[in-house]
Amino acid sequence: MEAQKYVWEGAIPLQIHLNESEVTTLLLLLPALILAPRIGYLPLLIPLIKPHFAATLPPGVDTVWFDYKGLPLKWYIPTGVLFDLLCAEPERPWNLTVHFRGYPNNLLIPCEGEDSVKWSFINSLKEADYIISGNCKNVMHMSQFDQLELWHSVMNGNLEAYLRTSSKLKFGIVEDEYTLKIDLCSQKSRKTTGEVGMGGQMKTGKCFTLHDALKSLMPEFLVDKSLIDEESFRLEGEDEQVILSEDLSSNRMAAEGREISCQSVESTCTSGAAEIKLVRIQGIEPKLEIPFSWVVNNLKNPEHFLHICVCLKFPQVNSLDR
Amino acid sequence: MDVSCWDGTLSLNEFSRAARTFAEKWKIGNSAFPPWLWVNVPKRPFVASQQVDGFLSLENICLIRPSKVCGAEVSHLEEEETGFSEKEVAIDDATLVLSNHHEMHYYDFHIVYSASYRVPVLYFRGYYSDGCPLQLNEIEKDLPACSAKVLLESKWTFITQEEHPYLNRPWYKLHPCGTSEWMKLLFLGEAALAEKRVAIELYLVSWFSVVGQVIGLRIPIEMMNDRTN
Repeated sequence: MEAQKYVWEGAIPLQIHLNESEVTTLLLLLPALILAPRIGYLPLLIPLIKPHFAATLPPGVDTVWFDYKGLPLKWYIPTGVLFDLLCAEPERPWNLTVHFRGYPNNLLIPCEGEDSVKWSFINSLKEADYIISGNCKNVMHMSQFDQLELWHSVMNGNLEAYLRTSSKLKFGIVEDEYTLKIDLCSQKSRKTTGEVGMGGQMKTGKCFTLHDALKSLMPEFLVDKSLIDEESFRLEGEDEQVILSEDLSSNRMAAEGREISCQSVESTCTSGAAEIKLVRIQGIEPKLEIPFSWVVNNLKNPEHFLHICVCLKFPQVNSLDR
Repeated sequence: MDVSCWDGTLSLNEFSRAARTFAEKWKIGNSAFPPWLWVNVPKRPFVASQQVDGFLSLENICLIRPSKVCGAEVSHLEEEETGFSEKEVAIDDATLVLSNHHEMHYYDFHIVYSASYRVPVLYFRGYYSDGCPLQLNEIEKDLPACSAKVLLESKWTFITQEEHPYLNRPWYKLHPCGTSEWMKLLFLGEAALAEKRVAIELYLVSWFSVVGQVIGLRIPIEMMNDRTN
């Protein structure tokens, strides 16, 4: 319980700068300083940010979006995950730029304020429900009132209200046990990508750790192996941005009824084979020997997804002439 | 596999097989129309899966709205691309009353496998001839009337705008949460007539017979007829 409280109380200090081209005043414009909840979402902060810049904005309709070093930020990803993913070296405060115009519609899904974020949250919850129980009934059968209450508990960072309401979801809790139940392995086989090799763990009677979970998702990077094809790690200018914020939603894994979405950041490394530089969940770098069930139960986000940010090291590549 | 204990979903490998079958049948049964193409997804260095990943693609399709054009036939497809022979298109020029050609709406359709829902998902996007994207309210006008109505009632859950899983751009998609259930019903209905087996390679054909109607893409009856492969 303690750990969950810490996670819910976690926040990222943001320093929000207004996009230069939108400043219409000669006065010195100070950036807005906001404490953003880790489990929250950037668009929810707009009511706090807007008043700060309102006087300087040009007239017209606002379409708010954020960027970090030029990279438009995906608003439907929890703030804490964005930070862990994009700042290998945590930047405090985290400097972001806010835009009120010129929404990049070709790159970012439009956001119509709180409603968009709420529905994105509910849809993610449905997805988790489907993966866990094979259908979306748990979420669909939740009353409108309960759904709203759940959403509000997330918006307000109210863990108590969240636990109360989410218990109606009947997702069940992942057992914090040292040996997995046999049931898990004999469940109808799921031929999704990255199927967990939990059977192997069963035989040794050992506990399923975070390391085991990562190994099933990214086996190549947990064993020391030299790269075969350097070409595949060439980072082109525009693609680099895309890779940085890439959500490997195709890389899913069913682990004791919970789901992980694995996101990774590529960074150049000094030498040696490709390997995992660090693993960050909710801003902490857990020891890989920790039982995975603990990680899931305590570090998951309110929409029942566990976001694991992985920083990979690749050998330095010389730019190839084309 | 017995239909009664099937859950309506399919694996990635089964999806690849079903996609091949679907594309072949489409080519044969729908020869006037452009074929669906299989696009391989480049394997990313940190993905554990060794399976071949890809999706079906049908692009540059002009959807003609039914009964909005006087005397027009029920909606059919026409490809607007250079090199496409006009003789092959079953269209009566005299009924084509589209006043402004730059207002023609083009669509790209991708059938992508969802690892979470274990079903195919239809992704699509619309644009003008100059490439400018269509907004949802404009796309709505191109949809059959019943779809537009459903869209109105369930704005956030029927057609959602999400990032294309491979192209990293905003696309529209038909939400897949009910798919496995109605696919099971479809196959159960079939099983009543024929064998109890699930012919998984026909999954996409059956799937599209439902999904296609939502966006106004008809599947010709010839594609459905041959059940014994």
